[in-house]
Amino acid sequence: MQRRPGISRTIFIIALVVVAAVSGVTGYLVNGFLHPPAAGETLNGAGATFPYPFLSAVANNYSRIHPNIQVNYQAIGSGAGIKALGAKTVDFAASDAPLSAAQIAALPAAALHIPETIGAVVVAYNLSGILTGLNLNSTTIARIFQGNITMWNDPRIQALNPSLTLPAQQILVVHRSDGSGTTFVFSGYLNTAATGVWVLGQATSIAWPVGIGAFGNQGVAGPLLGTHYTIGYVELAYALTNSAMTYGFVRNHDNTTFVKPSLANVTYAAQNATAAPVTLPEGNQSWASVNLLNAKGLESYPIVSFTYLLVYRELSIVPGMTLDKAKALVDFLWFVVHNGQAQASPLAYVPLPAGTVAIDERSVESITFNGQTLPT
Amino acid sequence: MGETRRMGQLRRPTSDDIFVIQSGIFASAIIVVLVLTGYVLVSGSVPVWSKFGRGFLTGTTWSPVKEVFGALPYILGTIVTSLIAIAIGVPLSIGVAIFLSEMAPHAIRAAGSGVLGGLIRTMLRILSSGIELLAAVPSVIYGLWGLFVFRFWVLDYVETPLSKYLGSVPVFSGTPFGLDILTAGLILAIMIIPTVSAISREVMTAVPLAQREAAYSIGATRWEVIRISVLGYARSGIFGAAILGLGRAVGETMAVTMVIGNAIGAQAIPSSLFRPGQTMSSLIANEFNEADPTSLHPAALIGVGLVLFMFAITINVLAQLLVWRVLKIKSGSVE
Amino acid sequence: MSNQSVREFKDWLAFIIGGVCVILAMIPLLSILADVVLRGLPALNLEFLTSGPGVIGQPGGGIANSIEGSLILVGLTCLMGVPLGVISGIFLSEFGDNKYGRFIRFLNDVLSEFPSIVVGILAYSFVVLTVGSFSTIAGAIALSIIMMPIVTRATEESLKLVPSSIRDAAAALGIKKWRSTLSVVLSTGRNGVVTGVLLAIARIAGETAPLILTVLGSQLFFSGLTKPVDALPLRIYRLALLPYASAQQQGWGAALVLIAIVLTLNIGVRLATRGRMSSVRS
Repeated sequence: MQRRPGISRTIFIIALVVVAAVSGVTGYLVNGFLHPPAAGETLNGAGATFPYPFLSAVANNYSRIHPNIQVNYQAIGSGAGIKALGAKTVDFAASDAPLSAAQIAALPAAALHIPETIGAVVVAYNLSGILTGLNLNSTTIARIFQGNITMWNDPRIQALNPSLTLPAQQILVVHRSDGSGTTFVFSGYLNTAATGVWVLGQATSIAWPVGIGAFGNQGVAGPLLGTHYTIGYVELAYALTNSAMTYGFVRNHDNTTFVKPSLANVTYAAQNATAAPVTLPEGNQSWASVNLLNAKGLESYPIVSFTYLLVYRELSIVPGMTLDKAKALVDFLWFVVHNGQAQASPLAYVPLPAGTVAIDERSVESITFNGQTLPT
Repeated sequence: MGETRRMGQLRRPTSDDIFVIQSGIFASAIIVVLVLTGYVLVSGSVPVWSKFGRGFLTGTTWSPVKEVFGALPYILGTIVTSLIAIAIGVPLSIGVAIFLSEMAPHAIRAAGSGVLGGLIRTMLRILSSGIELLAAVPSVIYGLWGLFVFRFWVLDYVETPLSKYLGSVPVFSGTPFGLDILTAGLILAIMIIPTVSAISREVMTAVPLAQREAAYSIGATRWEVIRISVLGYARSGIFGAAILGLGRAVGETMAVTMVIGNAIGAQAIPSSLFRPGQTMSSLIANEFNEADPTSLHPAALIGVGLVLFMFAITINVLAQLLVWRVLKIKSGSVE
Repeated sequence: MSNQSVREFKDWLAFIIGGVCVILAMIPLLSILADVVLRGLPALNLEFLTSGPGVIGQPGGGIANSIEGSLILVGLTCLMGVPLGVISGIFLSEFGDNKYGRFIRFLNDVLSEFPSIVVGILAYSFVVLTVGSFSTIAGAIALSIIMMPIVTRATEESLKLVPSSIRDAAAALGIKKWRSTLSVVLSTGRNGVVTGVLLAIARIAGETAPLILTVLGSQLFFSGLTKPVDALPLRIYRLALLPYASAQQQGWGAALVLIAIVLTLNIGVRLATRGRMSSVRS
């Protein structure tokens, strides 16, 4: 019986080499060749998708100045970030929503809220022929996202926009499918400003009666850009940096005008909301009642919020934490609230007001490792 | 070779015995994996079963905040998308299998040797490889393609016309937007074609020559031979192939997550093909990383995983039994 | 119209319909390949392949860390999955002709079509929670659970094709069974084993769902077995969802790299075993 050889020994050896080449050995060596291993620290963080572009830019800048410290941030949603912090699998978390009393109680140790920047939630839509500037108010927004208003040419929307011709098309709502601080802020606004109409409450995860769910701010922006007749809510930064995105003006708290979500108007709102007699809590206190929503003032955009970095006050609780790493983390946090703020505006984020920076300074200075305070 | 054995004493283990035992231990790893999986899924989901009992399977509210969990919408989502996949994918696969295994060889023979025959032979080989390469494409790339390309095809060429003419039928109600249950089902249909068609082909080629020859001898056409002899004989094997395809569709995660629209709770009930939905596997992929461990949420997700596990095991066991029965003739070592 | 011509017409109709089915099935493959190449090629340049991610939303940066992560994950997975799979396959083919062997074989087939997300849950519960963080090792363990049944099946089938005359000859020479199995039989059946391993590698290189639950993803290059790591399919998933055109293009670029690797392995295997009787049911 003649046995026809399938693959020769040479090809077999080549195949083995291919397998070996595909193996981690080569991968590891190649990495070592192109990027010598950083003899330094890696800081791991996870959480909100909103501050992702900001954190990414600040971390990039920071690593350029301190090449031995690298920051790895995974934008997996506020909820997942808080969970990771509780599980101590990250060094810091980021969330648009402050920790609730239950979440604070569930953490293994005391954590600090460190507001890192200010953002706003924008109501974006995709209507051909209609540019940015659709007028909306809180009750109309509430009705749209609850499914009470289903058509674009509904008289209630039309009444706010007498000069526009709205299409006779069904509205497709796009919302978040993950536990989101952006949802928390958006639903908080509707809860406060549309009481009586909005019945779904304020939470990071809402039982939306209509619409499609998407993962992350980036997931919502996708369908908004790609599908007609959609409406959704995204953070300001995603809307401003995407020239194709069209978004609406929202009625202000004073009920005098429709306010455009711009950096200036959001800054104005933040300042109004943090001015006396309002006092913000310290980093180690609860921020659950803090909100910058519905601020007074002519040009105050009403859907504004802090976004927070969350970190344990006593860092030794995180496995793998060393003194050097703790110092690096503190240094990075200090950078974020000082030099990093200069990177905010170009990326369509609002820098922190001076009073908030002062609170953050006190918080960062209070971070300890094994009881030892760390230099800032 | 024979060592005299004293009564009551075990033979000293030889190196061969050790080899059998060692390799047997490695092979048993699979039992360990399956048992561990069952253990993790059951023990991890106990809190939800004790709180909701059977209500977990029949409830439709899914609220991590209020800690009320009902998995029915997702179970239905998995069932509906998989059924769409089978309904579209299996006939296509059988068509492919018939063409490549029965009709094509005839075409080759008819074309004879020479340029035309060689051309047809090469083309058929390419087609056959092409179908199998469909299986090699990773799921996430199907999802990427589905998200940016396929969903617009479905929207423009399938959903919009269906909505225009049959919009009053409940199953086609609602304005279609492309990211919905139908698109997910159709992508699954494409993904199961390689598996179902390959096994159908194996099963069809396993039909003994005598069956076919008998039909040819009485003057049956090619199609009649297939219809009478091959399909009838291979029926249970093809059925098994379809069940295997069902198993693949049920377990598919990434492609589905990217095109199904990610609805939650009662909104996810597949009342219309044009509504966004959610399957058991896409739900877990979306929510697992953020499920707060101090709440019931992770247990609920693991409970959904358990249901998925049971589905997959039942379907796969059924499929293996069916396919084995037909292939028993063909499989086995060549001595 | 005569009965004969009706029957012949039906015959032709069946042929055409069959052909149409094949064409319909091929369209997605061609479309995917075309889209991946057309949309992904513009993203490919040296920086894309050799540097880590830049600032998101801005052009620049690359997927080198994802490629590296995938390579390392595949390597680790092979380290665990290949010996496990090959030796299990040897057991099934040489000593598996009994009830226990049939049982194991059955379970093996059941596990090979398993929902990968459930494997992810298993690896999360046992490895991520034990190690205390999302980690490379967790991902590798999840992937090796997926790889094992494929390699076992391939090994068993190719060893079964080795004629018993070889085993008999070895026994006649007095070689111990374990020795002859490992040296002679395995060597003779190596084609099928290599085929199976390469196909398994192609499969796990594209797995995403278990990685979401086990390695999390990372902006950085490989930083340790117990730290998160990035991987190509994971990266594609995350990039696809970003609303920035530059990020989406990078996603297609990464998809191009992944599909190039996977298809090269598959087509290579196909070409190398052309004409052989041995087949591996993937």
